[in-house]
Amino acid sequence: MVENSKPPQSGAAAPILSCRNLTVRYGTVSAVQNVSLDIPERQITAIIGPSGCGKSTLLRAFNRMNDFYPNVTTTGEALYRGEDLYAKDIDPVEVRRRIGMVFQKPNPFPKSVFKNVAWGTVINGFRGNLAERVEAALRKAALWEEVKDKLSQSGLDLSGGQQQRLCIARAIALEPEVILMDEPCSALDPASTARIEDLLFELKERYTIVIVTHNMQQAARVSDWTAFLSSGLLVEFGATENIFTRPQKRETEDYITGKFG
Amino acid sequence: MTERGALLPSNLPARRRIGTIFYIILLCAALAGVVLLAVLLADVFRQGISWLNLRFLTSFPSRFPQQAGIKAALWGTVWLVGLTALFAIPVGIGAAIYLEEYARRNWINTLIEINIANLAGTPSIVYGILGLSIFVRWLGLGRSVLSGALTMSLLVLPVTIIASREALRAVPNSIRQAAFALGATRWQTVRAHVLPAALPGILTGVILALSRAIGETAPLIMIGALTYVAFVPSGPMDAFTALPIQIFNWSSRPQKEFYGLAAAGIIVLLGVLLTMNAAAIWIRYRSQRNLRW
Repeated sequence: MVENSKPPQSGAAAPILSCRNLTVRYGTVSAVQNVSLDIPERQITAIIGPSGCGKSTLLRAFNRMNDFYPNVTTTGEALYRGEDLYAKDIDPVEVRRRIGMVFQKPNPFPKSVFKNVAWGTVINGFRGNLAERVEAALRKAALWEEVKDKLSQSGLDLSGGQQQRLCIARAIALEPEVILMDEPCSALDPASTARIEDLLFELKERYTIVIVTHNMQQAARVSDWTAFLSSGLLVEFGATENIFTRPQKRETEDYITGKFG
Repeated sequence: MTERGALLPSNLPARRRIGTIFYIILLCAALAGVVLLAVLLADVFRQGISWLNLRFLTSFPSRFPQQAGIKAALWGTVWLVGLTALFAIPVGIGAAIYLEEYARRNWINTLIEINIANLAGTPSIVYGILGLSIFVRWLGLGRSVLSGALTMSLLVLPVTIIASREALRAVPNSIRQAAFALGATRWQTVRAHVLPAALPGILTGVILALSRAIGETAPLIMIGALTYVAFVPSGPMDAFTALPIQIFNWSSRPQKEFYGLAAAGIIVLLGVLLTMNAAAIWIRYRSQRNLRW
């Protein structure tokens, strides 16, 4: 479907997220080194690589979640529609409102299903019809039919897969433009994983998705673009089709064919 | 037995015996406290139960044992604990939230932490001296129930802070991350998710800390709580007495009847303590049912 192995550069549609020479250090150890890439809008970009290669750190750099770890320094640029997310006048709270996140382990609040979805919008000043907003978010997360009769039950009473879709609904309720997903299926069984993957295809109509995954089949199945990271360095970035069928680098080939990682 | 087995001398009976001996020693250690407490309780009840009646609870102290009661001390304790809770709970929880959720690792916060840990182990008489010089004399609050409550607040504050911090630390980080990722500020995260999740633990700690305040005598004697009070405090500036002081007073009288009164006073004090501890357990049980991660 995409011929060239390079993502759309300036000329094509401007990328919604990009980074330029992005380096993230924990103390003196670099977790992400000098990474530059462009993430195209309304597509799914997968970040793959062996454990500890910095893929989660790179993901969290895009919504400033790394700020919560002590001793983290971020240099270089992370841009959202051309605006530096780390500029002095940028409030990280605003960044996280616009760029949603779904975590590795489903982490619903120990509150009702309804409150789980509604809370984010309320604290950000939403004063419209909350019930409609919650229903819309749950429908988009393909969860409405399963929970419409138990909106007042605890989110923790749902199954693992449902909890993760609840977390997706919670992120969607804020109508972000980007949703970052950090190994969203790693704690789920294959059936739940399949449901989430189906959901990703629907979501990409409206949202830009960046997904970190350990699972190469998953990256190959769901993503349009794939970035391969190793030891904090971006080894290769291109159309998923090309990465998986004609990798340019030996290291990429070794990883995707299972020789290491 | 095979040759292989013969290589290892199987002194199993001896090993089993040592196990049994240690089992008995450990059981005795576990029982020691409980048995002693039971003996003590039985003795107190034997002496005091005949004095414990409604008249005892509703009468003021008297020179005549038959007319003496614990009303002033009971109400003094209620005032004392109520005011202490009013001061210590908000300050204690506030300090705990600051240290757990806001404070960064730097020398000033480390200094605060070390100080709080040390204050928790400071003898209560030291707080009494502090209360006497600051609240009674310097601030001119006199020997009032307010002075007593402020002194008790200082006394229970470190314990309240430490218990509240433990409770806050037990809230999984994933909950905070979830809230932050939705564009919540730190205060919104704490207020809506961290604090409610930690509340059962915090309340348990607070109640246990207040129980300590009920039993403390030394600082109250230091700041000059009176031993003979024939009235119920009607405001925070009134003089007062408290249960342990009244008990101490009775038990130091020469007449034998007052020992009975002291024992009855102990039963009342224990009753108040048990009620508060039961409340702590009930709160924890009730709120843990809907908190699972």
